[in-house]
Amino acid sequence: MSASLATVSYLGAAILFILCLGGLSNQETARRGNFYGMLGMTIAVLATVFGPRVAALGLPWIIAAMIVGGAIGFYLARVVKMTQMPELVAFMHSLVGLAACLVGFASYVDTSIAYTGAEKAIHEIEIYVGILIGAVTFSGSVIAFGKLSGKIGGKPLLLPGRHLVNLVGLLVVIWFGYAFLQAETVQAGMTPLIVMTVIALLFGIHMVMAIGGADMPVVVSMLNSYSGWAAAATGFMLSNDLLIVTGALVGSSGAILSYIMCNAMNRNFLSVIAGGFGSDGGAPKAAGGGAAQPAGEVSPILAGETAELLREAKSVIIVPGYGMAVAQAQHTVFEITRLLRAKGVNVRFAIHPVAGRMPGHMNVLLAEAKVPYDIVMEMDEINDDFPQTDVVMVIGANDIVNPAAQEDPASPIAGMPVLEVWNARTTIVMKRSMASGYAGVDNPLFYKDNNRMLFGDAKKMLDEVLGALKA
Amino acid sequence: MSLVIGIPREVFAGEKRVATVPEVVEKLIKLGFRIAVESGAGDSANCSDDAYRAVGAEIADSAANLWAGADVVFKVRAPTDDEIALMREGSTLISFIWPAQNAELMQKLAAKKVTVLAMDALPRQLSRAQKMDALTSQASVAGYRAVIEAANAFGRFFNGQITAAGKVPPAKVFIAGAGVAGLAAIGAAAGLGAVVRANDTRAEVADQVKSLGGEFVKVEYEEDGAGGGGYAKVMSEGFQQAQREMYAREAKQADIIITTALIPGKPAPRLITAEMVQSMKPGSVIVDMAAEQGGNCELTVPGEAVVRHGVTIVGYTDLVSRLAKQSSTLYATNLFRLTEELCKTKDGQIDVNMEDDAIRGLTVIKDGEVTWPAPAPKLPAAPVRAAAAPVVKKPAHGHGEPSGPMAARTMAIVFGVAAVLFWLVGAHAPAAFLGHFTVFVLACFIGYMVVWNVKPALHTPLMSVTNAVSSIIAIGALVQIAPPEAGSLARPDEVIRWLALGAIVLSTINMFGGFAVTQRMLEMFRK
Repeated sequence: MSASLATVSYLGAAILFILCLGGLSNQETARRGNFYGMLGMTIAVLATVFGPRVAALGLPWIIAAMIVGGAIGFYLARVVKMTQMPELVAFMHSLVGLAACLVGFASYVDTSIAYTGAEKAIHEIEIYVGILIGAVTFSGSVIAFGKLSGKIGGKPLLLPGRHLVNLVGLLVVIWFGYAFLQAETVQAGMTPLIVMTVIALLFGIHMVMAIGGADMPVVVSMLNSYSGWAAAATGFMLSNDLLIVTGALVGSSGAILSYIMCNAMNRNFLSVIAGGFGSDGGAPKAAGGGAAQPAGEVSPILAGETAELLREAKSVIIVPGYGMAVAQAQHTVFEITRLLRAKGVNVRFAIHPVAGRMPGHMNVLLAEAKVPYDIVMEMDEINDDFPQTDVVMVIGANDIVNPAAQEDPASPIAGMPVLEVWNARTTIVMKRSMASGYAGVDNPLFYKDNNRMLFGDAKKMLDEVLGALKA
Repeated sequence: MSLVIGIPREVFAGEKRVATVPEVVEKLIKLGFRIAVESGAGDSANCSDDAYRAVGAEIADSAANLWAGADVVFKVRAPTDDEIALMREGSTLISFIWPAQNAELMQKLAAKKVTVLAMDALPRQLSRAQKMDALTSQASVAGYRAVIEAANAFGRFFNGQITAAGKVPPAKVFIAGAGVAGLAAIGAAAGLGAVVRANDTRAEVADQVKSLGGEFVKVEYEEDGAGGGGYAKVMSEGFQQAQREMYAREAKQADIIITTALIPGKPAPRLITAEMVQSMKPGSVIVDMAAEQGGNCELTVPGEAVVRHGVTIVGYTDLVSRLAKQSSTLYATNLFRLTEELCKTKDGQIDVNMEDDAIRGLTVIKDGEVTWPAPAPKLPAAPVRAAAAPVVKKPAHGHGEPSGPMAARTMAIVFGVAAVLFWLVGAHAPAAFLGHFTVFVLACFIGYMVVWNVKPALHTPLMSVTNAVSSIIAIGALVQIAPPEAGSLARPDEVIRWLALGAIVLSTINMFGGFAVTQRMLEMFRK
């Protein structure tokens, strides 16, 4: 295959990737979008393998590596439970990050193409930056994976003076970058490169460790963006336009997604990208004295009474949260939904943009349970409907339905848009205990007069409700 | 030994309510109490003796027997002298009392050495006290009934209709006073299809009026009428003048006026004058819910429905009793919630805990000693509510608004920084780099445009597909593994091969896994 043919193939692949991302923005076109992506990737790989840059003797190696990787990938995709999607995605980001590092090192030790002057400097900066982003993505994703799968505690780890630590890290990285550029030989340049890699790894760990579990959706999409930038940097390093285009596509779309998430949580986008994320994490404790502690009593309710309320309601809204994912209760939720809809009850779902541990997490779980997506509403679509709703069932969600976000300016989540469930006639909150949510804020909703608490594991309780509804 | 709760028959003329209904008797028994009901107590509220017996209550054949056996008595109306005579020393009475208006009654009760909890003395501003708030529950019943009475006396439909026989305009209802009763009336009237307008001296209830489907009519005069504890206060002369003008205007338009204005401990304010009644259309209806306190309308005759100037003026004072089953059930539930508070141990004993703000407020006589009025309870809610207003108005706190355009200054800074960066790149970078740079920047913008409108429901699939696409990095490894230059002396082939091999394996895991899992997810989305 000639060089020109390879380039044209790359162009085709790039267009297919754009169509892929565009298709994913709507349910009707989403499946086609994914197909475009696969097609684009196939074309890109084939054009590269049979292109001018790969000699025939490399083929056996490539095929072996791709069979191994492909088999592992398929296996993972088949066995993963939908509730574990966030972990899987974080894990995969780490792979991209690590791959970017490896390619960067390989490119550095490869001296077969000699650069001079400004070209050499730019090439080396590209390597340096590529490895930096790759390493941060890798270690950050590993920590995110650990946090999401519960292997590492969800509580944010806040080192004293952590912003200073980050700043010093950055300065050291810049200093070694200078040393790296000055290095005459590969051996001399290796030391600063490795030191920088270690710092970048530590920085990635530090950045994600400092973020609380509730903010994970932003982190996951931010790492997604980083993995794209890593690919783009690699493209610069290897003078490969397809890598640049695709990397930039992924990077900017990931950044936009994080930005949308940030708006949903009323966080500052810039501080997230800079890694200074959760900088107000210390505020809850400091403001503890100022924030009003909700007082009063909660009224518990039993599964049987819940079923009674649901049966008598004309319109019901279900608000799922992370608790539903943990308890794997989505199928029972759908059974209840089906039963109520058959009785003519208007059942809908209200999804907060950051419900769960990954953007769109709840939608995927509900889709898995075969809940039709036209009764799954977004926050803005449904917030005005709560006053006309008879019963709202909150399943394992807390911060996203916390009225303190609107009522209490001293609250750490003040200003975050929330689902205004308290406007409904009755709310039923399913929770394992009275413990506060990830943001560590007490929830005045629980003490409201029209609220009832259904304590227990969401799955078990919902099964009981379902039993009572069928009886 | 568990205490006996006694439910006597109400002796006040026209009173049809009963303090506890069979559904609640069951719950009280679960708390460990024994229940005694005077024979016939629930008859006029559709609760027969048999119904009480069926849920485990004992039936006492006479009032004397009931009072003698009861440790705690639940009543609706304040006790009469005869009933006080029957009371046992050391027992507890829970009832409406109105201690401010009934000083004599208080003395007689105190002389009996009893403990009295007055349902009307509840500190209503405590949010946890709301479940025990009998004034609210009874007032909402009265508000509902007032609309029913008005509909009964009114000669037309409430809702507008277009029929074959012509067009029927909707009834225009004006409600004076948007307290609990007023709000219930707004809800009921709006529910029947009437056009509802309402006024209150407290400006903060405007939203509540709107939420029930009514329109709030303002008095064109600056003064807030919120007194303590959610009640209204007496307003200034200038305000009253403006208010009178507003009422005169409304009276001319309205088909139905329901007045609910009360100021605690004072005669009801005169809102509707004889001239205003005269100005109303014939066939209109006024329901004066303040009739017992003298009435909001000048022409009201308490306890009766009269016709004056062609307008029916309903002054019933027993609106609550006209819906006896409902009001009794709600009152009984209020009492049950109070009993839960008094009996936290669920062993059939009560503990009048004077440390508890709600119970302290309710208790007007403790073991023969007058404890009324109670000191004002600590108010945890008030400062929060006051401080809440600015937050609601400015929720974004200065963070980027999702939709609003950027401020001009931010815009200028962004463009400035971009211009400097571009100049730097243009001045120093070699031509080959610039080509890549162009591609890079344009691709960033395409990514932004393509993703900006994505539906939140698809965030997860989108992320997993972009993740899969980012495994394009495999290309980088592929071109390194065995380029045509391989074998040249300067190139450490072995090292590069293994590094690239590792990168290929990692990125293909991602490539295949990512697309496959996206496919799996998308399969699930269906209508």
